[in-house]
Amino acid sequence: MSVLALRVGPVSTRVPARALAVSIVAAVLVAVGIAWSISVGVFPIPFTDVVGELTGLRRSADSTFIIRRLRLPRALTAALVGGAFGMSGQVFQRMVRNPLASPDILGVSAGAAVGAVAWIVLRDGSGPTVTFVALAGSILTVLAIYLLALKKGMSSYRLVLIGIGVTAMLNAVVAYLLTRAELFDAQRATIWLTGSVNNRGWSHVRPLAAALAVLVPVTLVNARPLRALELGDDTARGLGVPGRSPLVLAVSAAALAAVATAAAGPVGFVALVSPQIARRLVGPGPAALVPAGLVGAAIVVYADTLSRLVFSPIELPVGVVTAAVGAPYLLWLLVRSNRIGSGG
Amino acid sequence: MTEPVPARLVADHLRLAYDDRDVVEDLSVAIPTGRFTVIVGPNACGKSTLLRALARLLTPRHGTVLLDGEEIRRIPTRTVAQRLGILPQQPIAPDGITVEDLVSRGRHPHQRWFRQWSADDEDAVAAALAATSTTDLADRSVDELSGGQRQRVWIAMAIAQGTDILLLDEPTTFLDLTHQIDVLDLLTDLNRERGRTVVCVLHDLNLACRYAHHLVAMRTGHIVAEGDPATVVTEDLVREVFGLDARVVPDPISGTPLIVPIGRHHTAGGAPVGAGGPDVGVDPTP
Repeated sequence: MSVLALRVGPVSTRVPARALAVSIVAAVLVAVGIAWSISVGVFPIPFTDVVGELTGLRRSADSTFIIRRLRLPRALTAALVGGAFGMSGQVFQRMVRNPLASPDILGVSAGAAVGAVAWIVLRDGSGPTVTFVALAGSILTVLAIYLLALKKGMSSYRLVLIGIGVTAMLNAVVAYLLTRAELFDAQRATIWLTGSVNNRGWSHVRPLAAALAVLVPVTLVNARPLRALELGDDTARGLGVPGRSPLVLAVSAAALAAVATAAAGPVGFVALVSPQIARRLVGPGPAALVPAGLVGAAIVVYADTLSRLVFSPIELPVGVVTAAVGAPYLLWLLVRSNRIGSGG
Repeated sequence: MTEPVPARLVADHLRLAYDDRDVVEDLSVAIPTGRFTVIVGPNACGKSTLLRALARLLTPRHGTVLLDGEEIRRIPTRTVAQRLGILPQQPIAPDGITVEDLVSRGRHPHQRWFRQWSADDEDAVAAALAATSTTDLADRSVDELSGGQRQRVWIAMAIAQGTDILLLDEPTTFLDLTHQIDVLDLLTDLNRERGRTVVCVLHDLNLACRYAHHLVAMRTGHIVAEGDPATVVTEDLVREVFGLDARVVPDPISGTPLIVPIGRHHTAGGAPVGAGGPDVGVDPTP
């Protein structure tokens, strides 16, 4: 595999050429997907008009409002959420050397769900407050699972099993809450639980973008130990990876998934599938965090657009589409993998 | 051979345990600097546990490990990683990873987030590949390699780490005899060329005697004997450490002690069990 070594003064890095190529292609796909997503809807807008509007080259008064106020924030939410899930999933899968270790399974989604559903059902909450309660729920759950799993270093199996256990427990709480809910609240809660980017405006995009602007660099900077951690905990320690370094990485990756879940609900399987796709495209060596994020962004943007196109005029929650595509993929992965616990 | 060599790595009254099971109760050892040290002993005698403690992978319940006179737990783990490398018994190679990628990961303690691939890193990896004759394998996937090649690659990773002290946990265990010799010759090269301190846990007592400057024989968590194999390895020691009756004769190739087990069968013409007779071991002080 060809690798580009970049050195400027004391700063040096190397970029695998294939990871770079995959990232560029995926980024273009995401951009095209966003434009396509905007052009699709009850009031179709020609693709060229969308591109003209977004690049500022050509504007038409008719579509400016629809593009800028209604559809762009939705498409951006989809891209940001997908990117956060993809990168988060990649970190967890690499860190615990297990392709099942996605934030879905590690309690992020379930924790957020309990928070959001409890808030909707018990307190009749709505809007941004749901987002914050969901965020708090997922962060608390991740911390609890991490602490439970942390006995004498973090074992992959232990983390996954504890995650599954806690997730099951929290899902029971969600089910209980739903049985107690008024019909209207239950419907709202169910839509939230499926994961949806319907009706997302700039008030969703801004906090999400701000959180990602902090979390993505923190994750990337702290991801360096992944290369050592993949060789086993003992080898990593021998190579000078301190115990607390994976903690910062785990927290920032969990937070990525948490803010994404808070913004769009638990969009299923994106965090599980994106890293696997990225890994197959990029090859086994690089951590491929950026490619996984871009693949995740592309998946959610295209899934959301397809769901609107195919089921028009019904707006199907994007989580339905990602689950419908993601679940068979997961099965295929499990059938194909003869060694559970391999990096896939 | 008997003049004391100052030790950079010292274990002082270690008590080592997993959960509630004490493996080592009170053990002190000084690893001679610049020498090839081999730790031997029967299964479950605590030799790998001792190695893990020396490499700060296991925190002692009691006692301390000192690296360059300082308590190893108090030295930042990254600083330790620049002086001391450890190759665990079964390190994990991520699926599909290339040899060059794996070896380059040994450079981790020398890198920072802004300095991820300096010219030094590149040189160190190239040198490590050359030293282990794996340069031609650089672009191959580690999965495709034979056991012997794979062990060379892991050693290359440890070399790329650039430490003066190298600890290896049973580096020859899953290899056939040819590759066992190959690996031990390679480790001897490393010891001689840069005066690296090499510490190995080995199963094969004969190879241990041939390659070690300093032999540490353990049984049930304590050291029975240590020193130059030529002086410490006797028929009595083999009986005490392994519970095995054996003859000790000079190795026809190296002159080091060669342990010939007696066992219950096939003793035609040899001494009957228990009649060890006078020591025929190689005693350098006649």
